Amino acid sequence: MTIDLKTVKHISKLARISLDEKKAEKLATDMNSIFEFIEKLNELNTDNVEPLTSIAETKLRFRDDKITSENIREKILKNSPEKNDDFFVVPKVVE
Amino acid sequence: MSEITSLTLYELIKNIKEKKISSNEAAKSFVDRAEKSKKINAYVTENFENCLKLSKEFDDKPNFDLKLPGIPIAVKDLFCTNEVRTTAGSNILNNFVPTYESTVTQNIWNEGGILLGKLNCDEFAMGSSNETSFFGNVQNPIAEDLVPGGSSGGSSAALVANLTPVTIGTDTGGSIRQPASFTGTVGLKPTYGSCSRYGIVAFASSLDQAGPMSKDVKDSSILLEVISSFDKKDSTSIDFKRNNYSSELTRNIKGLKIGIPKEYRVDGMPDEIEKLWKKGIEYAKDCGAEIMDISLPHTSYALPTYYIVAPAEASSNLARYDGVKYGLRSSGKNLIDMYEKTRSEGFGEEVKRRVMIGTYVLSSGYYDAYYLKAQKVRQLIKQDFDQAYNKVDAILTPSTPSSAFKIGEKSNDPVSMYLNDIFTVPVNLAGLPGISIPAGVDKNNYPLGLQIIGKPFDEQTVLNIAYSMEEKINYKNNITDWWMK
Repeated sequence: MTIDLKTVKHISKLARISLDEKKAEKLATDMNSIFEFIEKLNELNTDNVEPLTSIAETKLRFRDDKITSENIREKILKNSPEKNDDFFVVPKVVE
Repeated sequence: MSEITSLTLYELIKNIKEKKISSNEAAKSFVDRAEKSKKINAYVTENFENCLKLSKEFDDKPNFDLKLPGIPIAVKDLFCTNEVRTTAGSNILNNFVPTYESTVTQNIWNEGGILLGKLNCDEFAMGSSNETSFFGNVQNPIAEDLVPGGSSGGSSAALVANLTPVTIGTDTGGSIRQPASFTGTVGLKPTYGSCSRYGIVAFASSLDQAGPMSKDVKDSSILLEVISSFDKKDSTSIDFKRNNYSSELTRNIKGLKIGIPKEYRVDGMPDEIEKLWKKGIEYAKDCGAEIMDISLPHTSYALPTYYIVAPAEASSNLARYDGVKYGLRSSGKNLIDMYEKTRSEGFGEEVKRRVMIGTYVLSSGYYDAYYLKAQKVRQLIKQDFDQAYNKVDAILTPSTPSSAFKIGEKSNDPVSMYLNDIFTVPVNLAGLPGISIPAGVDKNNYPLGLQIIGKPFDEQTVLNIAYSMEEKINYKNNITDWWMK
């Protein structure tokens, strides 16, 4: 299997990472060598194997439905690149 | 008495408790040495002034009942520290100042530890040489232009350069054990669920674990005892009975069964690694352990599995860096353009590569072929260990397939870089505890490590075997302080 330039560009859209032509070509080369290495898994028959999704094998714990945090609005907004009063500011999304 | 900075953690605690050294004297010594060691590039953010101040406060009102009384400690810059910048080695978090503290670091401060500063690491812990950090590569104090390993490369370098008495790293595929091996130090990755992941910048959530890095095994047992705790803030934290690892540490390992997996004899493994492993087997026998051959048949599938599972989880975890709530923001002509430019400028090459791989294996039409397949093979890898542990108490392997390499040597070939983790990755996939201890040197006098892998939650046996073998191996680093000249 090979990953072509078109696929790399599609994936970069999904991943929300802009790429110039040169970087996309380099990534295509790297991804192909990595996937060549990953293809080894196809040697194994895994038809009757249960996927391992969590190593911890614990059930999710429930907590009481009570508010535990104090008013941390300021802390949450502290690191935002742009804010306006109590809101995060983003580029305009509706006309 | 030898210099303060070259003491082990255990010795430093003893001296502080006996009032032979004050916390402030210790802090000053480490700060002074760090000032002369900038060339190592171990620190991303220094907390020196605050550390000196807090150590004085400790001396004014000492509490010697604490496990780390007034001990200055530097930590990997992947742990969020309240009001101290936390970058994860990335441009995208260059200006991030957390408003909360990770549980693991909080446990250290609760026991009297004082933050010296934040140590360099590969960007988002993705790397095996500390070369992917936005803040530049780290020098291995063992020799000039040598990588310190990664991703916890600033931690291993700071430790062996005597810039911190002990440190903590994180290990997703070998990021504690491989740098420990490359610097002749001890690094322990605990069982998945032992140390809380709360407040650790996430890479691959089903694999990430924090753990101690130290000059000797006893120090790792002291630090593990402090950092390992059940934490409600981490949904995968496990509530099990934790040992008093340091007081239960013993060199009596007589009759323990140690397995030697034949599949770890990989093609092209250098003779010196093979010899080191044989020597390790002899040491283990000398300590009274019984050696048994075992098989872990799916070993060779571990790395390909890891390079699906880890990037997939990373691509999902790193989706949060969108230039809105925190971190870098680049300007764009609309919201989507802003996201794309922010992530393009904020992430380095290796991080982009892994996010792309992860996005691809999770994308429509490929999920079953890659991600689901990898999860199934991960099950087989775990079952290999389960079966082996019906026969043996622990497993002995080399830590890495080679010693530390030169800066720049592997940075253009991702697959050859990934092969560094061939012996450590299976342990993360199976969620097991593993330790690397220094065991010898190669022809260049660069350190080589051996890895001891244990049963889940059996850190004590892992530590005990390491403690016994350490005495027989009697490894000593010869640090010349070349970077100060």
